[in-house]
Amino acid sequence: MPTKFDADLGILKEKQLKMGALAEQMIRGISAVVVDREEQLLDGVAASEEQMDVLQNEIDEETVRLIAVHTPVAGDLRLLIVITRLNAEIERIGDQVMNIAFYAKTLLKEDPLDGLAGISELGRRAREMLAKGLDAFTHQSGDLARSVIGTDDEVDQLHDQLFRELMRRAIGDAAVVSRVLELILIARAFERIADHAVSIAEDVIYCVEGKDIRHVDDPGPGEPT
Amino acid sequence: MHCVETRELNLWYADFQALINVSCRIKHGLITALIGPSGCGKTTLLRCFNRMNERFGYVRTTGEVRIMDQNIYSPDVSLIELRKTVGMVFQRPNPLPLSIYDNVLFGLRIHSEPGTLSRAAEAEAVEKALREVFLWDTVKDSLKNKATALQLEQQQKLCIARLLPLTPEVLLMDEPCSALDAEGTEAVEDMLAALRERYTIVIVTHNMAQARRISDECVFMLNGELIEHDVTSTVFVTPGDKRTEEYIEGRYG
Repeated sequence: MPTKFDADLGILKEKQLKMGALAEQMIRGISAVVVDREEQLLDGVAASEEQMDVLQNEIDEETVRLIAVHTPVAGDLRLLIVITRLNAEIERIGDQVMNIAFYAKTLLKEDPLDGLAGISELGRRAREMLAKGLDAFTHQSGDLARSVIGTDDEVDQLHDQLFRELMRRAIGDAAVVSRVLELILIARAFERIADHAVSIAEDVIYCVEGKDIRHVDDPGPGEPT
Repeated sequence: MHCVETRELNLWYADFQALINVSCRIKHGLITALIGPSGCGKTTLLRCFNRMNERFGYVRTTGEVRIMDQNIYSPDVSLIELRKTVGMVFQRPNPLPLSIYDNVLFGLRIHSEPGTLSRAAEAEAVEKALREVFLWDTVKDSLKNKATALQLEQQQKLCIARLLPLTPEVLLMDEPCSALDAEGTEAVEDMLAALRERYTIVIVTHNMAQARRISDECVFMLNGELIEHDVTSTVFVTPGDKRTEEYIEGRYG
């Protein structure tokens, strides 16, 4: 029979996922600002960031309360520890989106640059990794979490490639230097978002399997179910 | 080093099988907690370690119980020697209606030839035992007082002190704090932590917070079976068996 504790845990999980969904929306919105110059979306992104800040405080407070009141162990304890970590990771993702917004505002003051497919792709990949990591948390799936970690190298390579292209453009054409610099910073921020998504996936593995695979080269095959 | 070991131990109270194929190895120098729901067999298992169960005529066992690598059911094992090596304290402290001094010496006197213990040796044994249980400073000036006048947790410490002059290897504790209040429990737990390295301590407890606080390893039992035995922090953070997880999370039953 579900207890009050179960109910409280359920509500807390939902809140964390709501915060994650806000982060996803923010990434989608800021990508459209950068790539399609949809400047009107900036206000919505800022509003989401404010909502996230409120949620972060509420989630942290509730997590501490549940630990103090119920002195949880095993899976419950790991869930609450992981929620505090997810909370911090998602908040950092929000910060990175706001950084992108800052760079984008400068970018939008100047004439549009073409050839933004790489940035668009990086943004899409980062958002997908986050979405998958949050799905892994929703379904308590170690396998789904591992698939996120598996794509990290690809995204790093994509970022490296994009960086080299942008540098070539900057060196080749002085007129585009300041815009390209903003794009380099934006690409970097998307790559950092992908890193946070990987951290989220590692945290989910700890939650589900009790294994701490951070700083481990091969996360292993996971537990048979 | 494994001081207490069971190999495929089965026990029946008449037709009821209370222990099913229990094999475990309990290490010396640690506190091992036996945990599990009521009726899981933890007290029955504890009582196997000093053959207390055979005081009930309708008990039947198969398998082995080994203390310091000796099978305690072997016909050449002296029950008296076994119960010196393996001491036990119970839920309700049971000081004898004697002075504190005579309580501590009771076991030692019974097991010694008359006239072999000098006054000096006795006094030394009393002080040593009472120091080990953190009682000496409190009672050193009132050793002639009745033991039953002590506070409950002091009585419990005295019951442990009573075992020590017989130089046991193993201390068995059957819910030693459940009759005590929070302060008394804390006092006894602090004492157990200090005793740990010199003895093999096995404690049955239904208080999981206590098991978490003081034990180094935990044995989880359910319906007469040993389900899991591991380092306490592992049992309480990443238990291997779903049944252990459900019990310690409070979702069992």
